[in-house]
Amino acid sequence: MNDMTDGYMTADGRKIGGVVMELKNITLKFGGVTAISDISFDIREGEIRAIIGPNGAGKSSMLNVISGFYIPTEGEVWYRGARRPQMRPYKVAQMGIARTFQNIALFDGMSVLDNIMTGRLTKMKKGLFAQAGWWFTGAAKEEDEHRAKVEKIIDFLEIQNIRKTPVGRLPYGLKKRVELARALAAEPSILLLDEPMAGMNVEEKEDMCRFILDVNDEFGTTTVLIEHDMGVVMDLSDRVVVMDYGRKIGDGPPDEVRNNQDVIDAYLGVAHD
Amino acid sequence: MPDQLLFALEVTANGLMAGVMYSLVALGFVLIFKASGIFNYSQGVLALFAALTLVGIQEGQVPFAHLINAVTGLHVTEFGWKVPALLAILLTALVMVGLAIIIEKLVLKHLVNQEPIILFMATIGMAYFLEGFGDVMWGADIKTLDVGLPQGINETLESVTDKALGYGFFVDNLDIVATVVAVMLVTALTLFSQYSKQGRALRAVADDHQAALSVGISLRFIWVLVWSIAGFVALVAGIMWGSKSGVQFSLSLIALKALPVLMLGGFTSIPGAIVGGLIIGVGEKLFEFFAGPLIGGATENWFAYVLALVFLVFRPQGLFGEKIIERV
Ligand SMILES: Nc1ncnc2c1ncn2[C@@H]1O[C@H](COP(=O)(O)OP(=O)(O)OP(=O)(O)O)[C@@H](O)[C@H]1O
Ligand SMILES: [Mg+2]
Repeated sequence: MNDMTDGYMTADGRKIGGVVMELKNITLKFGGVTAISDISFDIREGEIRAIIGPNGAGKSSMLNVISGFYIPTEGEVWYRGARRPQMRPYKVAQMGIARTFQNIALFDGMSVLDNIMTGRLTKMKKGLFAQAGWWFTGAAKEEDEHRAKVEKIIDFLEIQNIRKTPVGRLPYGLKKRVELARALAAEPSILLLDEPMAGMNVEEKEDMCRFILDVNDEFGTTTVLIEHDMGVVMDLSDRVVVMDYGRKIGDGPPDEVRNNQDVIDAYLGVAHD
Repeated sequence: MPDQLLFALEVTANGLMAGVMYSLVALGFVLIFKASGIFNYSQGVLALFAALTLVGIQEGQVPFAHLINAVTGLHVTEFGWKVPALLAILLTALVMVGLAIIIEKLVLKHLVNQEPIILFMATIGMAYFLEGFGDVMWGADIKTLDVGLPQGINETLESVTDKALGYGFFVDNLDIVATVVAVMLVTALTLFSQYSKQGRALRAVADDHQAALSVGISLRFIWVLVWSIAGFVALVAGIMWGSKSGVQFSLSLIALKALPVLMLGGFTSIPGAIVGGLIIGVGEKLFEFFAGPLIGGATENWFAYVLALVFLVFRPQGLFGEKIIERV
């Protein structure tokens, strides 16, 4: 499945691998509202895949389907070559899919460090009773190893100086960064980011862009990214899915998508018939 | 030192130890409230049920004996063996874990995302069900609980203080044991929640459900875990109170003693439950000692609530609770 044979090379020379996840004919309804209607696309190993579209297009809903928070009304999610059965969100997380939220979901009462440590929970092996032994059973050593990994991420995202700060006190931009750090701590095989740059100033946006690119470069992390800002999407992503009113109206490399007439119409707000 | 002062000191010491007992009960409430936002009305009954089960196992009572006899016409009452105290405590702890699993499966699971008031109602239902269930399982008679904890006045302390101060302090052995046990329990719980994987997961769930799910925490597992811990804390409280005044329905009313502690300490703070318990324990004993004779005594029944109310007016979030700021 992960052979490079059916992958492609990006313009900047990164190798994109085989399909890790495939969404097949996903439909999601909330009562009378159809948030997603019959959408299919795939996600390849190592790529940055963007989902764009106007407000209410169904982008977050799609991310929620991938992360198991929403159960699609119809359609299938295929992960690493097998159909994924209906799965609770925590199980999806345990399978290596980490995410951030559009309106930030952090543990406000905990420090930045503790928040990021929770990202390691899926990697922690020692059970309840082994931990009671602490030094004797190696639980202390395990904790140290996790701490070391977390410290690396903290350095990477340049948040050393707020390590001990309770997250609730941080400004919005930093919260977004801590949420990214927590997701990264899980060493995910797919990273889902719901508008990681929303509400940020230009400088913060540039930082965030750089982090996302660096993460992808350094760890080869497959990333699915929702973003409003066309410019950002063009810079960051390898392939783009464009959604509008729950439908998919475009799918391909940024340049191609940008020149697609449907996409232009959707973004210019041409009246729907 | 004047006698009056020494006497007040003795009262304070006793108050502190009574306070520890209150803290113990309050702790059970705080644990569940923190992790799931549920005010568990059944915490007191949980302690009663734990104590009943402990006595039953220790004495080799046949569970549901009355029911079995009525249905089958047999006359079973006891197995005819006694179970050593430590083993019986262990078995009871297992029963409490089993109970936690059943509660999650039969009740909590079906009420995910419901309003807190609905969950509160559910725990009221659980309290009365469990009370009746305990009776059916172990019989409604008053039982004595003896797990070998020392009883009576501590003579060493009395003679030492007598020699040193010329006034012997009367402190109950059981209170001393309860204090030591409570301190150990709280230390263990704190270590658990700060350093263990499950403890960290527990704090995460207490803070934000969505975020907890996204880092791979199963809410249902955590709920079983907190209810098990709350059941264990209830067991410890049940042992202490049961050893002191027997195992009977009134044991479940210790929950009423925990309420002012919670009002004082805040519903979400473990240190709050402890300090709150101590303040109320000492406060009510000292008040009874100084003001009791003036206003006719029996102040212990209501003083705690008055103290808690005064506190509420000035610090509605409790002693250690986070300041409540409504964002608009
Ligand atoms: N939990 C829900 N219950 C009911 N309707 C929902 C729910 N979640 C999303 N919707 C509806 O589904 C549609 C798509 O919403 P979604 O949040 O996925 O859009 P979006 O593309 O992320 O928009 P935005 O750019 O504003 O974040 C909207 O009409 C929304 O009201
Ligand atoms: Mg959205």
